[in-house]
Formats: sequence, C-alpha cells, structure tokens
Amino acid sequence: MHKVLSDKRIILVFMLPATLLFLFIVIVPIFISVHYSTLKWDGIGVGKFIGLGNFQQLFTDKRTDFYEAILNSLYLAALSVFIQLPIAFFFARVLASGVKGEGFFRTVYFIPVIVSTVVIGQMWLKIYNPQYGLLNSLLKYVGLGKLSQEWLGNKEIALGSVFVPLIWQYVGYHILLFYAGIKTVPQDIIEAAKIDGASFSTITFRIVVPNIISVIEICVVLAVVGSLKTFDLIYILTNGGPLHATEVPTTLMFNTIFHRIDYGFGSAMAIFIVLECLLLTVAIRGFFGRFDYAK
Amino acid sequence: MPNKKAVSSLYRNRRRPTVQGTLIIVGLSLFAFIQVYPFLWLVLFSFKSNDEIFGGNIAGIPHTWLWGNYSDAFLGGKVGLYLFNSVLVTSFTIVLTLLVACMAAYGISRLRWKLSQPVLVFFLLGMMIPIHATLLPLFIIFKNLRLLNTYWCLILPYTGFALPIAIFILSGFMKAIPLEMEESSFMDGASVFRSFFSIILPIVRPAMATVAILTFLSAWNELMFAITFISKAQYSTLTVGLQSMVGQYSTAWGPIGAGLVIGTVPTIIIYAIMSKQIQDSFMTAGAVKG
Repeated sequence: MHKVLSDKRIILVFMLPATLLFLFIVIVPIFISVHYSTLKWDGIGVGKFIGLGNFQQLFTDKRTDFYEAILNSLYLAALSVFIQLPIAFFFARVLASGVKGEGFFRTVYFIPVIVSTVVIGQMWLKIYNPQYGLLNSLLKYVGLGKLSQEWLGNKEIALGSVFVPLIWQYVGYHILLFYAGIKTVPQDIIEAAKIDGASFSTITFRIVVPNIISVIEICVVLAVVGSLKTFDLIYILTNGGPLHATEVPTTLMFNTIFHRIDYGFGSAMAIFIVLECLLLTVAIRGFFGRFDYAK
Repeated sequence: MPNKKAVSSLYRNRRRPTVQGTLIIVGLSLFAFIQVYPFLWLVLFSFKSNDEIFGGNIAGIPHTWLWGNYSDAFLGGKVGLYLFNSVLVTSFTIVLTLLVACMAAYGISRLRWKLSQPVLVFFLLGMMIPIHATLLPLFIIFKNLRLLNTYWCLILPYTGFALPIAIFILSGFMKAIPLEMEESSFMDGASVFRSFFSIILPIVRPAMATVAILTFLSAWNELMFAITFISKAQYSTLTVGLQSMVGQYSTAWGPIGAGLVIGTVPTIIIYAIMSKQIQDSFMTAGAVKG
C-alpha cells in the first residue's frame, strides 16, 4: 500500500528543487571560498596558488589589522554575554513573575529586533551626530555640554559608541527567549518557595536559573556567534573607521574583497570567520554540557 | 480552616498596589521608553525642516508638520521604487521558500527512503554557515551568469539560506501527522501530489506561517548581499536604496527621516497585527539555531 511513498521518481521530484538550490547557493560557494583562500588573486585573470600563505599573513602581518578586528568582535561577544544577557535576564525574570501588562512590555522591547538594521543604523548616526544629534543636545540641555563628543569620529570611544546600539537592538530578543524559558519553570515550585519565605533572588538563583540552563545556553550561543558575525550596523555607522578603531572581521573581509580587491586574502578571512563560529559554538556547548552531568 | 485564610491573604497581597509593584512598573516603563524613544524621535524629525532641526528644535514636536518630506523621499528619493522592489523580492522569496521547503520536508518526513535522515542533517548544517563565506563566490557566479542587478540574484540566495530552518520546522510538523490521514486517501486512489497539497499542506499551515514570518524579516532587512549584488537603483531593495538615499540627501534630515519611516512602516504594521506569532516564530528560530 505504501509503494507510492517509496517510489524513487516521486522522491526525486520532491527533493530535487531544495537540494539543488541549497547545493548551489550554500554548499558549493563554501568550497569555492576555501579554494579562493589558497590563492593570491586580485580578481583579474587566474589566481596563483599559495597554499596557506593568506592564513599565515592574517596572523603575522601587523598591517592587516585582522588581529584587532578579531579582538573587537571578541570584546563585543563578552559585552553581549556579561552585560546584555544579564540585563535581559533581569527584565525577563521580573516580567515573568506576573506583572501587569507583561505582554505589552515584552512586545515593546522586541520592536528594535524586527526593524531593519539600516534604519537602526541611520537613526543612530543621527543620534550620534556631533552638532545636531540627540545625544549631544541632551547633554547640553542637562548642563553636561562638556561631555559632548564626536561619538563615532573619536577613535578612543568609537568602539564603545558602536557597541551601544548593537546591544540595544537585540536585548529584546534575549528578553523574549529568557521569558519563554522562565515561564516553563513549574509555578508550584516557585509558589511553594515563596510560602517558605524564599526571597526574589533566592528563587532566581536556586530555582529559576538551574531550570533554564538550556535556554541560557541558547542565548549565549546566539550572543557569541551573533557578535562574531556582526556586520550591518558597523558597516553603516563607521565601516570600521576611524583608523580601523571599530573594525570587525566581517567589515575587514568586505573591504578587503571589494575595495582592496584582494580576493584570496578576503576569502581567507571569510573561512576564518566560519571556523571561529564553529569552534566557539562547540566550546560553549561543551561548557554547558558539564551542567547536564551535574543534574 | 486556617488554609483558606493564608490563601486569601496571598491573593490580597497580589491585588493591592504596593510600593514595590509601582517601582517595578516604573522601571519596566523606563526601559520601554529607552527601546522606543529613538523611533519616536525619528518620526518627529521626519516632519521637520532643516531650519527647525538645526535651529534648536531637535527633540521637540515639529512647529509645522512638513508632509512634503514624505513626498520628497517617496518620489525624489525613490523610496517608492525601493519599497516596490522589496515587496517583490520578499514575496517571491517567501513563496519560493515555502514551496520548495514544504516539498523537501514532505520528502524527508513522509516518503520512505534510506537517506532521508542524513539529508535532513545535511540541510541543517546550512544553519551553521555564516552568509559572509558565500558572498564572494556568489558574486562571481552571478556575475558570470549575468544575474547581477536582477531580482534573482537576491531571491535565490535569500531562499537558499532560508531553507535549512524552514525544512527543519516543516519536517518536524509533518512527522507528527498520523499516517492514517494519508492512508485513506491513497486507498481511494489519490496520488502523492494530491495528498501533499490537499491533506498535508492545510495541516501544516501554522508551521508555514512561522516560516513565512522568519523569511519575510530576514529578506526584508538583508543588507550585505543587496549592497554587493545590486548597484542600479532600478533593482534596489529598501536596505540598499535607503543607504543611497541618505547619501543623496546627506544633510537634509527631514526627507532622510521620512524615507526611514516609510521603510519601517510595513514591518511595524505586520508586527502590530501579529506580534504574538512573530515573537513565537523568533522563539522557535532561537531554539533551533542556538
């Protein structure tokens, strides 16, 4: 009767479109990228095979700024994990404890997540505008005019200025994930602890956190991998400047390929980003895997 | 009954507004303000003239509401055209993704063949791949196929990268449908295609909605492929178009603001209508990707 479900031609018809698209858009280009990363190639003619030369240059040649770019993206990842996630967790915990209008607040916090990063980026360019921007005007208004700055033009503080909107944009996503996780913690355990006189923080750290380790793991992976891959907002705000102060691997890769037209070197950066993301995902999973054993 | 007393006092505590409760609401509202105020500010300055913005009224309500900024952005800044292109590219991407992913999900979860599970894993690998690593190869492939500056050079990659999560969500849903649902129709002589379209697809509609939402937002907001593959205004989607409009108006904040607002309104409308589904979709995506 199920002959029809194992008909080879029918299977082919159902699987072929997705497989072809996926192969030619995602898989084949990755291998092409690996190939390019072994070439010295300016896009004209045929590249010259130089093995791992590009990768060697990535880490030994100081002029490439790649090392700084990686450090910047790691700073962002750390900031995301140790500042953004705790803030998000705190708000999610308060929301999930049954406040009036919890749905409303959750919905509002999520708005920046769905708005296009181009809009967010252009908006923050205006906020940071040295002469007429919202931030400097606000500082002047409250009498702190001395603190007004070229937020994106000063290479000492540009990196911090770029990180603020990045953290701001996605905090709502983590609030949502934490909130959903906390809601799955059995309410009767929390109620019982409350009746026994447990405080908000005791319940948080003794009951809620241990019960949502898997959600925390998801958030940490998303925050770290998201930070390593971040491109749009930095491209719009500074494109890596001033003087490479806000460079991250993706902006450097983009500019190496399309402005310096160094296809081989740029591809090596791309491959490095892929490997870095895989490696850190595995490392984070391994780290959280230890908690599973503890249970 | 001592218990009853304890319970009723618990309830009373919950209902009476306490100092602590008020503080919590104030804190939450303050945070909501931080998340939303920049957008309100954007809307306000989109109605202002440069004289007003540069003359000191940066944060306040516009003295005169300059609707002209919107027609400037829509026609002069070509935001109308970009909006049209974005709608076209995004809807094509959603339809193609749904069709192709539903077929593959059906093939993986309901048809009988040995390699179905390995193939699913193969698709899931795609979620681990950052799109950056495919940028240059796709650029060169599209250049050779003369597909740069067409709608296809966006629709194809958007669909390709939407497939892994779409197939994952859809195949999970389809697997849960009992076999008997299809069996009876096969006995009546219906073909696999008939069963796919008239039995399976209607059942997985909620999963299709999730896929459509996720695909919509990623295609609508995508920047890197769009700025790389499209250089002609004729085919620019909103993200590229807005970038070039900002360059064109450089110091005229009003029309720039108006363009940014126009580009955001469709997203906000959709979010207002189905914020619950959108949040649920992101939860699913987070759980899958994380």
